Amino acid sequence: MIRVHSLSKNFNNIPAVDQVSFEVQRGEVLGFLGPNGAGKSTTMKMLTCFIPPSSGSAEICGFSILDDALQVRAQIGYLPESAPSYDEMLVGEFLRFVGEIRGFSGRELNRRVSIVLEMTALREVENQMIETLSKGFRQRTSLAQALIHDPPVLILDEPTDGLDPNQKHEVRSLIKNMSEDRTILISTHILEEVDAVCTRAMIISAGKVVGYGTPDELRSRSLYRNSVTVSVNADNHVPLMNDFNELDFVYSVEHLPEQQQGLVSMRLYPKNKESITRQLEQYLCTKKIPLEQFVVNKGRLDEVFRELTVTG
Amino acid sequence: MNGFNPIFKRELLAYFRSPVAYVFIIIFLAANAGCTFFLGNFYNSQQASLEIFFLFHPWLYLFLIPAVGMRLWSEERRSGTAELLLTFPVRLTTTVFAKFFAAWFFIGIALLLTFPMIWTVHFLGSPDNGPIITGYLGSFLMAGSYLAIASCTSALTKNQVISFILSVNICLIMVLLGWGVLNDTLNAVFPVWIGDLISQFSFTTHFDAIRRGVVDLRDIIYFASIIVVVLMLNVVVLDSHKAS
Repeated sequence: MIRVHSLSKNFNNIPAVDQVSFEVQRGEVLGFLGPNGAGKSTTMKMLTCFIPPSSGSAEICGFSILDDALQVRAQIGYLPESAPSYDEMLVGEFLRFVGEIRGFSGRELNRRVSIVLEMTALREVENQMIETLSKGFRQRTSLAQALIHDPPVLILDEPTDGLDPNQKHEVRSLIKNMSEDRTILISTHILEEVDAVCTRAMIISAGKVVGYGTPDELRSRSLYRNSVTVSVNADNHVPLMNDFNELDFVYSVEHLPEQQQGLVSMRLYPKNKESITRQLEQYLCTKKIPLEQFVVNKGRLDEVFRELTVTG
Repeated sequence: MNGFNPIFKRELLAYFRSPVAYVFIIIFLAANAGCTFFLGNFYNSQQASLEIFFLFHPWLYLFLIPAVGMRLWSEERRSGTAELLLTFPVRLTTTVFAKFFAAWFFIGIALLLTFPMIWTVHFLGSPDNGPIITGYLGSFLMAGSYLAIASCTSALTKNQVISFILSVNICLIMVLLGWGVLNDTLNAVFPVWIGDLISQFSFTTHFDAIRRGVVDLRDIIYFASIIVVVLMLNVVVLDSHKAS
């Protein structure tokens, strides 16, 4: 379990992380979102006791990062940004090295190395020098290193960075499978990742938390939340625009650029972002308007992300 | 001491996985032989002892040891592995000492490979083995002191070249403090005890005593404390880097 209380870090009096507080429970995967330089990695470095905070505190499984660094580190599997590892070692050697540091030896060590090699699909490169690996393999070697002691807490800084779509999918399902009995914090700037693995997301910008909630809660802050895109034949859209505008549950109507020959699309924004699907469907039925397309938007994370991180 | 062994092993392996180790050993042996036979006129001295061989060690180490130590921490910082290494559940002091001992062990191997020198003097005459053993011991201890300084300067920067130049300069000062010419000048200007005090801080002063076969506990304590103090400083340097 991770508990963070108003954690701050200044570099030369410039705040990199500013009063960040959050909690991650067992079984949760918290996605840490933010533009580059927002303070995601700095926060993770503080949680793994690599750098001390300027103020504030945090607890990992009940151990304070300020007083109990060794205990904290023992609980955490950490994948640092850009997956550093010792180039001159073989993959298997490197994993054994990390296992030994984590206190394993003999048969137990062999067993654990073997398990993580399977989990991260690294068996084929076990005897290859890390230097010669492709980025995807390096990333997974570093991930394997973080898993070797079966840690209750995982802190992964951009775990899918540099992977191809298939590998991304594999790593995400790996994270998802592990999440059941673990506390996981991952940072990313890939928004699809949030939907794929995170139970909760936190958006951070210029060191401050600007958004926090489940992916759906965050999406609900989108301008497009519950808006409906209606496409009809080009002939009868002008009167429709006016009709839609007069509906009491519609806040405004936007005419979308033509995407298909002879088809006109309009986006209807609801009042208070409430769902208008049923009312609209009823209205269209009674008016007997021939529909070509009808799409309900749940809201878009990228738009929420931009809004939260660019303006503020 | 949890974590000492794996870090020690990995560090030692890192030397032998790169050409650095072999290049170093060859240069170390060649420089030793060159200094002893050509600069030191070993044959003409007509002595069956290794005194001349050890005489040059403070000067050889000046360049060779910083070359071994310069990568210790700057390489970890440059490649980002410091973030991995320093987030393992291992005390920073243990990590610093483990890396140091690995490099020191490596230098020890290089030093042992000078054994043909021992054969040579035994072939030429019947040397006193006491000073030979103490000479090796002293040389190894002195190498440790140079290495501690190199390790510490290596923690200061990501750049190995800067790290090398810094440690060469600091080591040079440590050697020159005991240099005869400097001491004569000091003695001419200041009371003798000042000159003596300054030379007591020098590597050469303490090494000269051991090299001659006189094992004084004070000389051993001197080198051991230089190593410990400088490595503790190394820990502080790493800690303060993390904080800023």
